[in-house]
Amino acid sequence: MTATPTIPPAGGDTGADNLNRRNFLKLGMGALGALVALEIGGASLFFLQPRSLSGEFGRIVSAGPADSFPPGSVTEFPDGRFFLVRAADGGFLAVYRRCTHLGCSVEWEANENRFFCPCHASSFDLHGHVENPPAPRALDTFPIQVKEGQILVNTGEGQTRDGFSPSQLVYA
Amino acid sequence: MTGKISSWKRRLLYTDAVPDDRSRMRAVANNLILHLHPTKVPAPALRWTYTWGLGGLSALLAVMLVATGVLLMFRYDASVERAYTSIQWLETQVALGSLIRALHHWSANLLVITAFLHLLRVFFTGGFKEGRSTNWAIGLILLLVVVAFNFTGYLLPWDQLAFWAITVGTSLLTYIPVVGEALTNFLLAGPEVGQGALRNFYAIHVAVLPAVLIALLSYHFWKVRKDGGISQPKLGPRERVERLTTIPHLVRIELAAAAALIAGLLLFAIFVPAPLEALADPTHPPNPAKAAWYFLGLQELLLHMHPLAAMVLAGALLLAAFFLPRWDREEGDVGIYFRSRTGRIAALIGLLLSGAFVPLLVVLDEYWLDLPSSLPEWPALVTNGLFPLLLTLGGLALIYAFLRMGLRANRSEATVGLFTFVATSLILLTLTGIFFRGPNMALVAPFLT
Repeated sequence: MTATPTIPPAGGDTGADNLNRRNFLKLGMGALGALVALEIGGASLFFLQPRSLSGEFGRIVSAGPADSFPPGSVTEFPDGRFFLVRAADGGFLAVYRRCTHLGCSVEWEANENRFFCPCHASSFDLHGHVENPPAPRALDTFPIQVKEGQILVNTGEGQTRDGFSPSQLVYA
Repeated sequence: MTGKISSWKRRLLYTDAVPDDRSRMRAVANNLILHLHPTKVPAPALRWTYTWGLGGLSALLAVMLVATGVLLMFRYDASVERAYTSIQWLETQVALGSLIRALHHWSANLLVITAFLHLLRVFFTGGFKEGRSTNWAIGLILLLVVVAFNFTGYLLPWDQLAFWAITVGTSLLTYIPVVGEALTNFLLAGPEVGQGALRNFYAIHVAVLPAVLIALLSYHFWKVRKDGGISQPKLGPRERVERLTTIPHLVRIELAAAAALIAGLLLFAIFVPAPLEALADPTHPPNPAKAAWYFLGLQELLLHMHPLAAMVLAGALLLAAFFLPRWDREEGDVGIYFRSRTGRIAALIGLLLSGAFVPLLVVLDEYWLDLPSSLPEWPALVTNGLFPLLLTLGGLALIYAFLRMGLRANRSEATVGLFTFVATSLILLTLTGIFFRGPNMALVAPFLT
């Protein structure tokens, strides 16, 4: 037993700053405990992490040939959760049916020329622009690709926007 | 270790003591009832009109919910394809299935009411004072747990009501700053309410929340005893209060209340089955689409302000409730309903102000007031969020200031007035949401049509 003089005897700690054997072990236990808690917490988070199930909503939907949609028309795709809008100038817009206020499904009211949400009475124009609050922003959209005259809508990537601008339209 | 042969009741309630040990401590330690209650209670604490038995009734409802809930678990499938049919099967084919489900449903709804009334009772008698602040906070958390229970249970039947109430409810969560988006993603496990959400809600409803409830409820009971029983008025130097033995005085009352509640619930459940609407249809929300009734106060608020403002307001009020024991430190008035004569007047003022202003503001905002349209160059977050929020908080501050200066109420009494205003407003907004909102969430007159 050759105790170095710098280490005070165990149990004789006089202050919290003193790193004697007892404090060292306490600190070690605490650090180990924190590490274990982190690991378990992290593992649980990974375990519970949401992931889209294959086959569910969120994929590329083929809407059909671009010519089949007359300008100024709105076509609902219930399985894709979107409305394919063709503006008067021929531009396309895929509008997500989820109301930006609290998530209800909007309906296209053809005679009123608007999207209407029955939950809190928000309404949107043909382009999904807010006509009547409480909706805080325009309806979300999905990216559109045109391949060989076919309209492809990627419902996996919702795009948020504050309002409508003509640059959002996609032309065939 | 010999002794008389115990009856089954004796064996249930007592652990057989060694016959030669007759100490009082032993008798208490070996008795189940006296593990929950003290041996003696002050006679005034037994008055029906002091507690209204609300805490005990809430606890009994929790027990009923566990019992019926376990039964329901044997007959329920937590899958999108089978959830609705399993409930239909339960309602039509399972013996007493409809009754068990109705008991579970109505107990859950009643629990929201009794827990809320219990909160009101504890507040108005100053039950959070004299070192009871920890238990007040635990009680508030328990109320949130009850609401979480109801919210998660609401989705399980997978009918239209369930689907859209949860859609609206989880969308509401996205407006919570910083964590809202992540919380919603976690709960829904996908872009919208679907199989992932149903499974999550089921696990939370039948495993996570019961564990939390049992832990917190046990602590809540234990703390009541450690805090010296329920709150009572302070005694003068010469005053003495009669103390009655718990067995039979308190136990008798509790048994009677429990029997009455169970009988009432059973009768109600027999005649009014739990509602079940059409199968959930993600393409077509019902019109009007309403949240569960206990959220309709919040939903009504949403018709009048930006969701972020409504969440901030609700969060601020909840936070204020947690910090209430630090704000109201007046201890002389504990155990007295509404604190004092001034406190009663303050409460009445709060009640009347709320009764006058809440309906007025609801109607004004519905038909005339439209700030976002009259100030189109301002962002909606300001006109529809910041302005109504500041108006509400300013109104609350004004009421408090008036009670302090106009009525010369002390801090405790003025808080009673303010609390009454907030509680009444919440009730009025909820009633508006339940009865006065029709198609497109427009105001309707329910009893005329």
